[in-house]
Amino acid sequence: MNTLEVKHLTVKVGDKKILDDVSLVIKKGKTCVVMGPNGSGKSTLSNVLMGHPSYEVISGKIIFNGKDITKKKAEERAALGMFMTFQSPREIVGVDFYPFLFDTYKFLQTARKEKALSVFEFKKKMDKEIAALKITDDWSQRCLNQGFSGGEKKKAEMLQLAIFKPSFVIFDEIDSGLDVDALKVVGRAMKKFKKSDTSALIVTHYLRILQEIEADQVIVMSAGKIIQIGGPELAHRLEKEGFEKIIAQK
Amino acid sequence: MATPSSALNKNKKIKAHNSMWEDHNAAAYMDKTRLGVDEDLVRFISSEKNEPAWMLEKRLESLKIYKEMTLPTWGPNLDNLNLDQITYYAKATDQQSETWDDVPTDIKNTFERLGIPQAEQEVLAGVGAQYESTVIYHNLKEKFRRQGVIFTDMDVALREHEDLVKQYFMKCVPPTLHKFAALHGAVWSGGTFLYIPKGIKIDLPLQAYFRMNAKGMGQFEHTLIIVEEGAQAHYIEGCSAPRYGIDSLHAGGVEIFVAEGAHFRYSSVESWSKDAYNLNTKRALVQKDAHMEWVGGNFGSNVTMLYPCSVLMGANSTSDHLGVAFANNGQIQDTGAKVIHLAPNTSSNIVMKSISKGGGRSIYRGLVEISADAENAVSNVKCDALILDDKSASDTIPVINVKNNSAVLAHEASVGKLNEDDIFYLRSRGLDEAQAGAMIVNGFIEPIVKELPLEYAVEMNRMVELEMEGSVG
Repeated sequence: MNTLEVKHLTVKVGDKKILDDVSLVIKKGKTCVVMGPNGSGKSTLSNVLMGHPSYEVISGKIIFNGKDITKKKAEERAALGMFMTFQSPREIVGVDFYPFLFDTYKFLQTARKEKALSVFEFKKKMDKEIAALKITDDWSQRCLNQGFSGGEKKKAEMLQLAIFKPSFVIFDEIDSGLDVDALKVVGRAMKKFKKSDTSALIVTHYLRILQEIEADQVIVMSAGKIIQIGGPELAHRLEKEGFEKIIAQK
Repeated sequence: MATPSSALNKNKKIKAHNSMWEDHNAAAYMDKTRLGVDEDLVRFISSEKNEPAWMLEKRLESLKIYKEMTLPTWGPNLDNLNLDQITYYAKATDQQSETWDDVPTDIKNTFERLGIPQAEQEVLAGVGAQYESTVIYHNLKEKFRRQGVIFTDMDVALREHEDLVKQYFMKCVPPTLHKFAALHGAVWSGGTFLYIPKGIKIDLPLQAYFRMNAKGMGQFEHTLIIVEEGAQAHYIEGCSAPRYGIDSLHAGGVEIFVAEGAHFRYSSVESWSKDAYNLNTKRALVQKDAHMEWVGGNFGSNVTMLYPCSVLMGANSTSDHLGVAFANNGQIQDTGAKVIHLAPNTSSNIVMKSISKGGGRSIYRGLVEISADAENAVSNVKCDALILDDKSASDTIPVINVKNNSAVLAHEASVGKLNEDDIFYLRSRGLDEAQAGAMIVNGFIEPIVKELPLEYAVEMNRMVELEMEGSVG
């Protein structure tokens, strides 16, 4: 079964075409890595898949678990089991982080018609995930991402991921702004997520994250187009030869 | 404090809230009342209440000043306010209820919808709820009685503590202050009297709840608070009113006397019906080493004019003014603060946050006055505005009047918009657009809301959700 099918997707912002006839398939349980230089359209792809309202889909379709979600709102996609870790998680002033986690979790469970953990069970689960992510500072008095360092923000995204339990995750440059240790922790959390029958799209321009998590499929983008699709070996070629050579060949 | 919990379980509760706005009890007793104000009415009110002669004189003197004065120039345009089409006095019940069981059922239902009984059970020290112009429910903790604290309604205070009332009544908000203060002095009815004796410290907030509930009815409650030397207390009141077709006028008066070394906090959440004029006058006289705090939230009303004023009369006295105003479609929230520094080493701090949405206008209007005698005065003003769409507007009108060169003043203002990426971030987590917007707005006002008791904070967060329903941005 396919988790995600993107069919001939063309997207505009204002007058500018930023995705051009993009097609890809992610099978259930598989991990797809999208690579490309800055401005290649890979982060745009993430935002469009999650339903950012600033992007206008001109043509094409996004199918999620067999359902056409092209016109669905971001919150509807979240309820269907999609999640995105943001490249730059937003700092929401005055919104306490942990209560936000619990309330949003409860809301999602309701939208998904699933039972929510009690506040005590939830706290237990949260403490476990906090420990797994090696979050040592006390975040209980902090607001959502406010004043977090780059690494803390990414860990906070991973904590949300662990709590919200999506079936498909877009990791939009989760590896940017992380030091080696944090990268290891985040990589381990990604692997833990991928143990189950979940699917992932990893958007990155670094290869080092692939030392932490295995890709089933590698896609190279340039100027809003997919220029190459391959297996894990494509990532190794990219590592050796760099984007430019592969893009130039196309 | 701005947790999203209330943002998330909105469906049922908010529906109840919506119908609350539209609901009102049959106001048959209004048959007996009349429009406009004249000497006959003022005499009628006074005799109805069996007031002493000096109070009638005070009312008549205020009426005279009212008739002579023009509309205030400080504040928004009031051309659409027809003062002759207002009901200036109405009575909902003839009796005073001692316990909750004695409160009439329809009135109780209204209060229940506003969450009063639950609030009563928890942290509240005492309740005096005003229904129309007559206080119907009143409860005072025995402990306060022993301490000599007086917490009652103004009618009772005038009977049982006449000397105290006479000594202070309209000495802080004199009828000459402006036209609405004069009007208030002429037709005031009901309200709260609070007296905290020397050295008494009360930790729990004292509460009163006001409700305006009759067509075109004016409400002119008078709050008189006396905080004696070294005493400490927190008083909070909230208002909510159903919506009606013709203009209502609310012109209450709040007078607070903060004696030497005393600390007092006055908090209020106001949410008058969206066709009402809320032209309130609130003022505190702050003596040596004393501290006055104002915390206010303003929702509702067609036009609001509210500038709580601290007169820093004694050396080293200080004041804090914290406020939130939400202007939605058709509303003008003209709010701010006034601080008059009259003594050396006085300091004031003003933090105001406003939200404008759906064509609403919010205006910060503030006055900081430093007199020649106020050596080394310090004043900080900070106003932040959040404008939610292109139809809405915000203005900042700070007036600063300094007559002493040693003064240190700072004024900081910011204007922001809802960030689309913030909204998207929250929506990607499963919140809908209105919920995401409400969460961000509640986060924006959190520094002020957190100063309120929990149930008021929750109510204010709900108020924001109500206002945010429908389209954001």
